[in-house]
Amino acid sequence: MDIFIQQLVNGVVLGSIYALVALGYTLVYGILGLINFAHGELVMVGALVALSVVRTLSPLLPGLPGWVLALLGTAVAAGVCALLAILIERVAYRPLRHAPRLAPLITAIGVSIALQNLAMVIWGRQYHSVPPLLPAASHQFAGAAITEVQILIVALAALLMAGLIGLVHRTRLGRAMRACAENIQVAELMGVNVNAIVVAAFVIGAVLAAVAGVMVSANYGLAHYHMGFLLGLKAFTAAVLGGIGNVGGAMLGGLLLGIMESLGAGYLEDLSGGFLGSHYQDVLAFFVLILVLVSRPSGLLGERVGQRA
Amino acid sequence: MSLLEVRGLQVAYGGIRAVRGIDLDVPEGEVRCLIGANGAGKTSTLKALSGLLTPAAGGIRYDGQDIVGIPPHRLVRQGLAMAPEGRGIFGRLTVLENLQMGAYSQTGSARIQSSLERVFELFPRLAERRRQTAGTLSGGEQQMLSLGRALMARPRLLLLDEPTMGLAPRMVSAVFDALRLIAGQGVTLLLVEQNARMALRLANYGYVLESGTVALQGTAETLAEDPRVREAYLG
Repeated sequence: MDIFIQQLVNGVVLGSIYALVALGYTLVYGILGLINFAHGELVMVGALVALSVVRTLSPLLPGLPGWVLALLGTAVAAGVCALLAILIERVAYRPLRHAPRLAPLITAIGVSIALQNLAMVIWGRQYHSVPPLLPAASHQFAGAAITEVQILIVALAALLMAGLIGLVHRTRLGRAMRACAENIQVAELMGVNVNAIVVAAFVIGAVLAAVAGVMVSANYGLAHYHMGFLLGLKAFTAAVLGGIGNVGGAMLGGLLLGIMESLGAGYLEDLSGGFLGSHYQDVLAFFVLILVLVSRPSGLLGERVGQRA
Repeated sequence: MSLLEVRGLQVAYGGIRAVRGIDLDVPEGEVRCLIGANGAGKTSTLKALSGLLTPAAGGIRYDGQDIVGIPPHRLVRQGLAMAPEGRGIFGRLTVLENLQMGAYSQTGSARIQSSLERVFELFPRLAERRRQTAGTLSGGEQQMLSLGRALMARPRLLLLDEPTMGLAPRMVSAVFDALRLIAGQGVTLLLVEQNARMALRLANYGYVLESGTVALQGTAETLAEDPRVREAYLG
């Protein structure tokens, strides 16, 4: 039972991160019908930029409390990722806006590879250990241990998601985003500058990805140039699970996938009689993806099954 | 000088020319209509006028200014709005949100509020249903919403693409009543319609499109009496 609760806690933490990244896929897909496979790399860039900021600043300002450093690192990472997303959209995707679907998809994979290699050149191939900036204290919760960092991750993710829901449903920008998701041409006739809305979707996704990158590296204490790839694919799976294009779906899908994966890691070995170890948790995510695509292609909360994917 | 002047307009999709050089004039304050069969080039013409399509050739002047190549989101700020074919309402947004989208180009909340009141006055049903998701409205109500939303932009020239398509006869006359009121408020209208009888009753002047060219034009009375129009469109 204890392990169940513990894995559930871990799953919620992991799922919160997946959800933040999944939102980036879903916002862009909802408006453009584009699967931005380079999105996962922004998580990596966010983590590494934040790490570099922390490493640069901490010897310069030795008195600075850890949380201020973490905050500064995250802010810079969010800014860098936002600029990077604007650049990617402008250079790689906008020229292909009216091209056949396959072209931007292949471009996205190309952008992903380019970003990984760029990161490898800048930060090297090695794993970087992330200094613990926040107290490593941990609390007991129904028999499970949860660290303060983990509590912070879940709380911050919840806050960001609540903020996003507010933005999408309560603001002029959000209304325009929802209108573009339904019918870009008509939105344009209403006076919406579609390019500005597309850029906004990319920027919001990038900021969430940067925050998620900081969360991942803080949670595991590690960052490296390849960390965004698998995480991005899993977050994409989460978005599909919840119904890609649907904001609530990305949140639900992320949380569910995180929990499933965590529980899978905890129980796979027992359930398979030792045949499959906990390392198969990654396989589990993609097994879920296949299962969803076969049985319910529009996802849990998705409405339309399009020809778009 | 007309509010809208179109000269030699051509629109092509790939290699196919849907509009093959037409001239149109819409003077300020008038209602003019484009009639013609399916595929005659009516919708392509409107899409070019609203900026959704770039013409292959020809000139479009609105309010004396060449507007070829200006995107729709900027034209609507200059008072050139279009209510698209198939109504194009945002089905998952509420009625109120759809109307707010219509006012996207407008600034000043007092001004938008007064536009909203005018629209609700014209279409009381929309006021009753303002919190409802637009996708749940009937076809006729959706058309009212589409018109109301276009009016939220306070257009000087409103392009209307088949506003009665797929509507029951009772709703068709309700739409035309609304259009008459809108025209009465001084909005210039260019109406594309398959329902030639109703269109010619509302308009001052009409153009008959056939295979992407203007086959006939004249005052609404002349066209309604023309034996070719009577045979082909008023039958």
